[in-house]
Amino acid sequence: MPNHLPKQNISFLWLFKMAWRDSRKNRSRLLLFISSIVLGIAALVAVYSFKDNLQRDIDAQAKELTGADLVLDSRKGVSKAMQKVIDSLGNERSQEKTFASMIYFEQSGGSRLVQMKALEGNYPYYGTIETVPANAASHFQEGRTALVDQTLMLQFNTKVGDSVQIGDLKFKILGSLIKAPGQNGIASSVAPVVYLPLKYLEKTNLIKTGSRINNKFYFRYDDPSGVDEWVKKNEVKLEKEGFDADTVESRKEQTGRSFKDVNRFLALSGFIALLLGCVGVGSAIHVYIQEKLSAIATLRCLGLKSRHAFLIYLIQIFFIGLIAATFGVILGTGIQFLLPLVLKDFLPVEITMQISWSAVGQGLLLGLIISVLFALPSLLSVRKISPLNAIRLSFEKSGSKFDPLTWMVYVLMAAFVVGFTHLQMKTWVQTLAFTISIGIAFLLLIILSKLLMFLVKVLLPKSSSYLWRQGFANLDRPNNQTLMLTVSIGLSTLFISTLFFVQGILMSRVTLSSGSNQPNMVMFDIQKTQKERIDSLTKSFKLPLMNQVPVITMRIEEINGKKASADTNNRRAYRNEIRATYQDSLTAAEKIVDGKWIGKIKPKETVYISLDQRYADQINVGLNDKILFNVQGMMIPTVVGSLREVNWSRMQTNFRVVFPAGVLEEAPQFHVLMTRVPNSELSAKFQGEVVKNFPNVSVVDLDLVLKLLDEILDKIGFVIQFMAGFSMVTGWIVLVSAVLTSKNQRTKESILLRTMGASKKQILAINAIEYFFLGAFAAGAGLILAIGGSWALAKFSFDAAFIPPFLPTMGLFFSVVLIVVITGVLSTRSILNQPPLKILRTEG
Amino acid sequence: MESILNIRNVSKIYQSAGRELTVLDQINFTIEAGSTVAITGPSGSGKTTLLGLCAGLDRASQGTVELKGIALEKLNEDERAAVRNQYVGFIFQNFQLLPTLTALENVMVPLELRGAKNIKAQAMELLEKVGLADRSHHYPIQLSGGEQQRVSLARAFSNQPAILFADEPTGNLDAETSEKVIKLLFDLNKDFGTTLVIVTHDLELAARTSRTIKIKGGVIISDENSTYA
Repeated sequence: MPNHLPKQNISFLWLFKMAWRDSRKNRSRLLLFISSIVLGIAALVAVYSFKDNLQRDIDAQAKELTGADLVLDSRKGVSKAMQKVIDSLGNERSQEKTFASMIYFEQSGGSRLVQMKALEGNYPYYGTIETVPANAASHFQEGRTALVDQTLMLQFNTKVGDSVQIGDLKFKILGSLIKAPGQNGIASSVAPVVYLPLKYLEKTNLIKTGSRINNKFYFRYDDPSGVDEWVKKNEVKLEKEGFDADTVESRKEQTGRSFKDVNRFLALSGFIALLLGCVGVGSAIHVYIQEKLSAIATLRCLGLKSRHAFLIYLIQIFFIGLIAATFGVILGTGIQFLLPLVLKDFLPVEITMQISWSAVGQGLLLGLIISVLFALPSLLSVRKISPLNAIRLSFEKSGSKFDPLTWMVYVLMAAFVVGFTHLQMKTWVQTLAFTISIGIAFLLLIILSKLLMFLVKVLLPKSSSYLWRQGFANLDRPNNQTLMLTVSIGLSTLFISTLFFVQGILMSRVTLSSGSNQPNMVMFDIQKTQKERIDSLTKSFKLPLMNQVPVITMRIEEINGKKASADTNNRRAYRNEIRATYQDSLTAAEKIVDGKWIGKIKPKETVYISLDQRYADQINVGLNDKILFNVQGMMIPTVVGSLREVNWSRMQTNFRVVFPAGVLEEAPQFHVLMTRVPNSELSAKFQGEVVKNFPNVSVVDLDLVLKLLDEILDKIGFVIQFMAGFSMVTGWIVLVSAVLTSKNQRTKESILLRTMGASKKQILAINAIEYFFLGAFAAGAGLILAIGGSWALAKFSFDAAFIPPFLPTMGLFFSVVLIVVITGVLSTRSILNQPPLKILRTEG
Repeated sequence: MESILNIRNVSKIYQSAGRELTVLDQINFTIEAGSTVAITGPSGSGKTTLLGLCAGLDRASQGTVELKGIALEKLNEDERAAVRNQYVGFIFQNFQLLPTLTALENVMVPLELRGAKNIKAQAMELLEKVGLADRSHHYPIQLSGGEQQRVSLARAFSNQPAILFADEPTGNLDAETSEKVIKLLFDLNKDFGTTLVIVTHDLELAARTSRTIKIKGGVIISDENSTYA
C-alpha cells in the first residue's frame, strides 16, 4: 500500500547533469532559438548604456552647456528696474545680443542669413568657444573682428584674415568657429553663428525698431550655491519683465528631459525587437519540447517525476537564456559606441562612452526573465507528458485540461510587458496605449492572416495542381508555425513599412511646399521706409513680388479682463510674443470656419480680429472673447470676430492673429517680402545687392532651408531605420529559427513524398508554395496595418493626405515574401540532397 | 508462489469523438513472481493498453491493479513513477534510448534516479553482459538496431526490477538479431530472477514463456500455460 512506497533521492546536481546531457545534440539549435532575443537585448543594453553615459556627461558638462552660473534672457527690451537687478547680480557679467542678420563675404561675393551674437565680456566662464586658431575667441572683442562658423567659411571659400560685411561695417575674420557652448551640430547647420564684439553693434545700424533681438546676460558667481534659490524667489518678477532664467541645474534637467524622449523612443524600438524575440522564444521552445516528447516519456517510464522533468528543461532554458543575454549584453555594449555616431548631430555634449554596469545588469536580467518567462508555458507542459507516450501516442491529450499554473504564467507575461513598457513610458496612459496598440496589432495580424487564409482556401481552384493544394494545405498541418511566423514577420513588416511611409509623408510635405510656383526666398525686417526701394530692386532683377505683408510684434495683456497673473491656467497665452499682421482680405491659404471676416474698420470702431482656430483652442479663446493686446506699449482692445483654418504648409507668411486694416498702420512694424528666384546664380547676385543696400534686411533662401530640412529628416530617418533594423533582423532570425525547428516535420513528409516518387523539384515547389503563402499572408497583413496606421497618422497627426506609393509598397511586399521563400526552401534543400533511406533511418 | 501483479476487474474506456470506446473490459489475472508471461492478440486487441496499466503508465477506468502489493490506482503520477523506478523495467519495440545520452549513460539513468552508489561500474558490467562494453561511449544513433535493443536490455535490468515489461521487443529487428536479443533477454531474466511480461504478436516468442494470455476485443479469450516453456 502507499505507506510502503519506495523513496527517491534525486539530487539537484543530477538534474543539472541531466540537463547538460539532454542538451548535447541540440545546443546549436537552442542557441539559434535564443538568438531571437540577442538583438533585442543588445538594442536595449546599447540604449541604456548610451542613456547612462549621456546623463553622466550632461551632469559633468552642464556648466559648459550654459557657460555661466546664471543666464537671463529676454526678447523684450530691458527696463530700468530690470537693469538695476542685472547690475546687482553675479561677480562677473557678460552681455550678448542675438539676432538674425545677413552676412556678406567680400572675397566670394556670397551672402547668407546667420545668427549674429554680439558679445561683451568674458563669456563663457565654463567651457570655451572653440575656434581655429584656438586663441581667437579670447581676442576677437579687442578689435573690429569676428568669429565665423566653420561650415559657412567653407561654403563661401573664405579663410581667416578675410573680411565680411555685417550691416554697415566691415569685420576681419579672426577665427573660424568650431563650436559655441551648448550648441549641437544640427543647430549650427540650420543657423550658423557669427560672433562680433557688442561695442560695434550700434555702428552696424542693424538694430532698428521692431528688430527681433534676444538680450542675454551671463553671470558668474564665486559661490553659485544660491543661484537656483534666487531664481525661484524672483520667478514672478522675471516673468513680468519678460525674462527667462537658466541655471546650470535647470539646463541639466532640461537637456536630460529632451533626451529622455529620444531615449524612450530608442528603448521602445529595442523593446519591439525584444517582443518579437519573445514570440520567437515561446514558439521555439514549444517545438523543442514537442521534439523531446518521446525522451521525456521514456524518462517518466524509468521513474522520473514530473517536477524533475520540468526542472531539467527549466535549467536548460535558464542557462541558454543566460548565454543569450550575455551575447546580447556584449553586442549591445559594442553597439553603444555606434549610437553617439548615429546621434552626434543632435547631441549638445561630448559623449565619453564607458561600459555601464547597470545597463549590463539590466540586460542580463531582462534576457533571463524573457527566456524563462516566455518558455514557461511550453516548459510547464512537460509536467503533463504521460509516460504512455513511450509506447504509443496517448489517446487523451494531456495538455487540453485547464492548468492554473499555465494561466498564471500568461498573466505574468502580460504583467511583464505592461511593467516593462511602464518603465520606459513613465505614465500609465502611455503605457496602456502602447501595450494595447501592440496587443491590437498582434490580434489584427492574427485575424488578418486567418482571413487571408480563408480567402485563399475559398478562391484556390479545386482543380489547381497537387503542388499548389499541398503547399497551401501545409499551412494548416498540426503543430504548424503559421501563426507565430505570421505574427513575427507581420509585425516586422508593419514596423518597417510604417516608418517608411511616415518618412515619405513628411518628405512629401516638404517637397510639396517647394513646388515650382511657390516662393523660394523670403526677406524679413524690411523697414517701412525701405519697402518701396526693395520692391524696385526686386523688380529690377525681374523677380515677382509674391507676398508682401506687414508684421507687428505684440503681446497679450488681458483675455476677457483677466491678466496673466489672474489667469494661471492659461499662462502660455501671455508668455510669448506674437507676430501679427493686418490685411483687408483673406489669402488663398486662409478659410473662415466660424464667425465673420471683417477686413477693414474705421477709427473708434470695435476691432474684430481673426484667429487661427488651432491657436484659439490653445489659448482657450472663442468667438466674441475680448483680448487686450500690448503693441509695444500701446494697449489695443479687440474682439475675436472670426476663426480661420490656415494651411500652414503653404510656403507663404501665415499668421495666428490677423487684424483688419485701419488699426495698426502706424504701429512700429517691419515688412516681409517673398519672391521666387529661378536659379542659385541669380539668387546669390540678388542677395548680395540686398545686403549691400539694405544691411538690416534678412534674406532666407528657402531652397537652402529645404535642403537642410531634407538633411535633418535624412538623419532622423537614419536613426529610426537603425533602431528598426534590430526588429527587422530579429524578425528574420525568428523566421529562420522557426523554419529550422519545424524542419523535422517537413523532413518526414518530404522523404515520404520522395519515397512515393516525388521529384526533388516537386518537393521544393511544394515547400516554396507553402512559404510563399506564409510570407504573402504575413507581409500582406503587416502592410495592410501599416497603410491603415500611416493613413491615420497622416490624417490626424500630420494633417496631410496619404496615398501609399505603389512601387515601394510592392517592393516591400515582395522582398519580405522572397526572404521567407528563400529561407524556407534552403532549409529543405539540404535534406533532399541525401538518399531517403539514410534520412528515414536517422529520423526513425 | 507469491503473486507480483494482481489485475482485478480492470476496464479501460476512452472517450473518442463523443462516444465511449471500451478498449479493455473486465480483465482479471494474477502473475506470480519469477514467472514469464506473454500477452498476445491481434492489432487493436488492447494488449499494449493492458501493459501500460500493469506497469502503472496509465490509470484503469475501473478495477484495481496491484503491483508488489501496491494499489496503483490510488497513487498519483509521481508516486507511480517512484514505483516504476523501484520495481519495474521496460523494453520497448522502438528501443526508446535517450538520443542525447551515450549507451553507458542510458544504462545509468534508472540507477541515478534511484540515487544508487557505484553506478558506473554496475552499468559497465551490464553492458559487458550484453556484449557492448566497447560501445559504451557511443550514442544511440551510432548503434545498429540490435545493438540499441541490447543497450535497452541492459538499461531494463540495471535497477534489478521485480518485473520487466517488454513491448514487442523484436518488432523492429530482423530474424537473426531477434533471436540473439531474445536469448539475451531470457538469459538475463534467469540470472536476475525477474518476472517477465512480454507483449507480442510473435507466437514463437510467446511460446517460450511459461504462460500465454490471449486477448481479443478487449477481453481475455484464453489464459494457458505454455507446453514447452
